[in-house]
Amino acid sequence: MNVKIIVRGKAKGAVLCAENPVNFLGGVDKSTGRIRDENHDLFGKFVGGKILVFPKGIGSSVGAYTIYSLKYNKCAPLAIVCLKADITTASGCAISNIPLVVAEKKDYESLKDGQEITVDAIEGKIL
Amino acid sequence: MELTKEEESALAGKHGETLALAYRILVAIGEATGADKLIPVEWAHLSGVNYNTIGDAGEEFLSHLSKDAKFKIKTTVNPMGFDSDSVSKFELDEEFIKKQQRIRQSYEKMGVIPSFSCIPYEIFELPKKGTQVSFGESNAAIYANSISALKTNKESAFSALASALTGKNIYSDLRDDEGRKPNLTIRMKATQKDELTYGLLGYFAGKEAGSSVAISGVNELDRRSCKSLCAGMGTSGSCGMFTFGEGEKGEKIDFDDKEMKNVKDELNTAESGDVITLGSPQLGLEEISDLTIKLKGRSFRKRCMIFCPRAIQGQIRNLGYDKQLGQAGAEVLYDCCICLTPLVDKEDVDSVITNSVKGAYYLRTSNGVDVNLKNLDQIIQEETK
Repeated sequence: MNVKIIVRGKAKGAVLCAENPVNFLGGVDKSTGRIRDENHDLFGKFVGGKILVFPKGIGSSVGAYTIYSLKYNKCAPLAIVCLKADITTASGCAISNIPLVVAEKKDYESLKDGQEITVDAIEGKIL
Repeated sequence: MELTKEEESALAGKHGETLALAYRILVAIGEATGADKLIPVEWAHLSGVNYNTIGDAGEEFLSHLSKDAKFKIKTTVNPMGFDSDSVSKFELDEEFIKKQQRIRQSYEKMGVIPSFSCIPYEIFELPKKGTQVSFGESNAAIYANSISALKTNKESAFSALASALTGKNIYSDLRDDEGRKPNLTIRMKATQKDELTYGLLGYFAGKEAGSSVAISGVNELDRRSCKSLCAGMGTSGSCGMFTFGEGEKGEKIDFDDKEMKNVKDELNTAESGDVITLGSPQLGLEEISDLTIKLKGRSFRKRCMIFCPRAIQGQIRNLGYDKQLGQAGAEVLYDCCICLTPLVDKEDVDSVITNSVKGAYYLRTSNGVDVNLKNLDQIIQEETK
């Protein structure tokens, strides 16, 4: 599928899909990558080493530092696929060199948990 | 996005590593929001100051950056983790204090105005209507757009930082008059009209809305309710602006007593609490004055922490408010706020009483304590004698 490139790069891994938007500050533990918002559908899951798929980032502007901290603490997602890229996620990924792409709704919805994919944010494709 | 030759060469690293980084951020958020160009901004307000929120990664990043970076425009900053004057009264980790001071020094070295406040719109003189600014504190961005007639996107800590370093930001979303038109109306139909209800309304609206939302059924709000609305909205979503009245287009949904209860049940996790916290967003002089009057002849049964900007410390002292608040058993803390403060530690505290919806969200998710949400009048009635 073709995707819009927000932050360039390339990564291969297993998909972790979230139904809810993500508030990185508060919602994700920056030193372990565990989702700690108990009202979130991924509560208790780890985002590290995954291709994280979620609709959009919400909430605190400092969430961008959480993304950077995840990278620093080696528990960041390999790449991120969003339905709508927000400023917090885009800037956090830009500083942390985490490939970020936006997928069309029908393509986005076809991504399934555990599926092995390659996010090619140089050519603008998911394989 | 089209860049000028100058911007292209900065992005390519011809003017140093710092500017290349700043332009890389601007290009990424430009792509994300479909911007076609960069425009000048006059004022950046940065988030990402509290060591609890940015950690070692953030501290080292800022320390490295501050070696040669200088802010190009007026730049103010969000609260940090504690009030240096009273930090010794709390059992804070030495390491935390050291790292927090380093973060402070890095920002100061880059030329920040050391405001340590989340209410820049209340303590600084505002530029003229329509001025483009970059506010990386969600409640401040929403307040600036909706009440102060300034223009900013709901910036991130890094996009506001990029503005401070370059004096620019992307032209898209709420910076463009077209993007400021709401495409959803929320009809305020809840019976209660206090600041807690408006905070819950904000939290509800933030979840439902896109970049901008219309709120009908409210004509005017006092400052306390308005700040509460902005903070609640900034916590739950990506919405950066509201207008009062019915929107011209889009869906209309109701915020009634049932919806209010649903939101409250999500955030209110305790029947009472061990500590009272007031000030997320921080309280300005007007709210401090009002609070002092409400507390006349009363005293708190529990520890009560009140968070304020340093900028109003002199007035609070000169007008005798700090003495009166002290007599009522409350302590006024400067430079910090409820959100992710290390001053509330789950080892000592099980649950916190507050009127702040934003505070409630971060106390629960980040500090790991339960929260009892009630409005200020109820707090005073139930928690003082």
